[in-house]
Amino acid sequence: MISRFISLVVVRLPDDVLSALASASKIESSPHVKLVYEAMFRNLEIAAKRNVPLCQDTGVLEFFVGLGEGFTYAGDLLKAIREAVVRATNDGFLRPNVVDPVTSRNTGDNTGLGHPWVEIEMLPGVNHADLRLYIAGGGSSRPGSARVLDPALGLEGVAEFVLNVVAEYGPPACPPLVVGVGLGPTVEIAALLSKKALLRTLGSRNPNPKIALLEERLAEAINGLGIGPQGLGGRTTALAVHVEYAGRHPATLAVGVSTACWALRKGWLRVFPDLSYQVLTHGGVVLE
Amino acid sequence: MSRVVNLPVTDDVVSELKVGDVIYVSGVVVTARDAAHRRFLVEGVPLPVDLRGLAILHAGPIMVRFGGKWVCRSVGPTTSMRMEYYESEFIERTGVKIIIGKGGMGSRTAEACRKFKAVYVIFPGGCGALGAFAVEEVLGVEWLDLGIPEALWLLRVKEFGPLIVAIDSQGNNLTDEVTNTARSRVATQLQSKIRQYLL
Repeated sequence: MISRFISLVVVRLPDDVLSALASASKIESSPHVKLVYEAMFRNLEIAAKRNVPLCQDTGVLEFFVGLGEGFTYAGDLLKAIREAVVRATNDGFLRPNVVDPVTSRNTGDNTGLGHPWVEIEMLPGVNHADLRLYIAGGGSSRPGSARVLDPALGLEGVAEFVLNVVAEYGPPACPPLVVGVGLGPTVEIAALLSKKALLRTLGSRNPNPKIALLEERLAEAINGLGIGPQGLGGRTTALAVHVEYAGRHPATLAVGVSTACWALRKGWLRVFPDLSYQVLTHGGVVLE
Repeated sequence: MSRVVNLPVTDDVVSELKVGDVIYVSGVVVTARDAAHRRFLVEGVPLPVDLRGLAILHAGPIMVRFGGKWVCRSVGPTTSMRMEYYESEFIERTGVKIIIGKGGMGSRTAEACRKFKAVYVIFPGGCGALGAFAVEEVLGVEWLDLGIPEALWLLRVKEFGPLIVAIDSQGNNLTDEVTNTARSRVATQLQSKIRQYLL
């Protein structure tokens, strides 16, 4: 089941990303940008028809696992994730992408020290498990940045940091991007939140109205940079900006930025106590 | 304007290509990215493929062995800017004529394109299924010890594209302007779209 979930995520885009791309493609007028969108949509058709990964960079696999306190198969689930990654690699759905940083050797099956990467969270009061997968491609991970700002710089300092990251590293990261921003006391908290922000449904807003406004204004400002799809100019550089935050330290304001390419491949599989399941990101899908 | 360019290609044909043109290529394309460039130029290992007149593709494909033969399941471009460290010397020493990638390249590559009559073209990133659709045959592989993504894959392709000419053989650079504009607009965007709303 999990290897089929992985192959689904690398072959088909989630519903929210598809509809955001469809809207963004309609407002472009430059011939190059139109050509790019045509290629993107044709690519999605071919990937679905041939059941092949829509992008050759199937990234490193990041699993965000929520374990309900009543879910009794936690150990089996974690073991199944590892096996599923190896199987999906052998079946040609994942490119072997895990490289030992010391020897530069590719491990060949997407496992290795720390891989597949799994973040675990307990879910009180429920019996199911949530398996959320993010495909972290190299090109779209390249802009990733985090830094501790002085609180005096405030949200404006945050916005400046985000804009500089996108202006400098956005063009080759396969825009239109989704930009995830995390705020908190330390770099690793901010960075992790910036990645979780990418998992949020496109079109959703942070419940805090001031942060929701920051999301909206940041998206406008990023689109004002004029990078456009594939860095060829155009109206949409960011399909959306999502901000997630945690309380900061009195003396620190850490900001993290993670970017996703237009081919934002994520999936959300909910596994119930009887091992039935539901795919929440891809409507109408049965994992055969 | 859109045209099919057959490989190997002559300097005359390369000279006709201008920034903004849209082309498709047919013939032999060889994948080469970070590790292959490094092995050739830094470690000094001779390149096992004669690239004169051909195209390289900044890409790490997904390949599977099927009944003893390699099959390409997905191949699209990687970030070309990582090869900016090497590409000018690579063009000079190999005689490669078309560099396929994504995201644009810098002034050293543009200068080499001008001096040695080559072009850099952009294939839309993320379109690996579309790329693989144009691969007719995997002709071979070299340096497989670098791992599947970094090996040199020799692909026979038919009308691989669309490819947008981003650096032409006069050294014009299409994406430079976009990148410079983006950098220069950070301050004004901050002023007009952010500052007044966050007070």
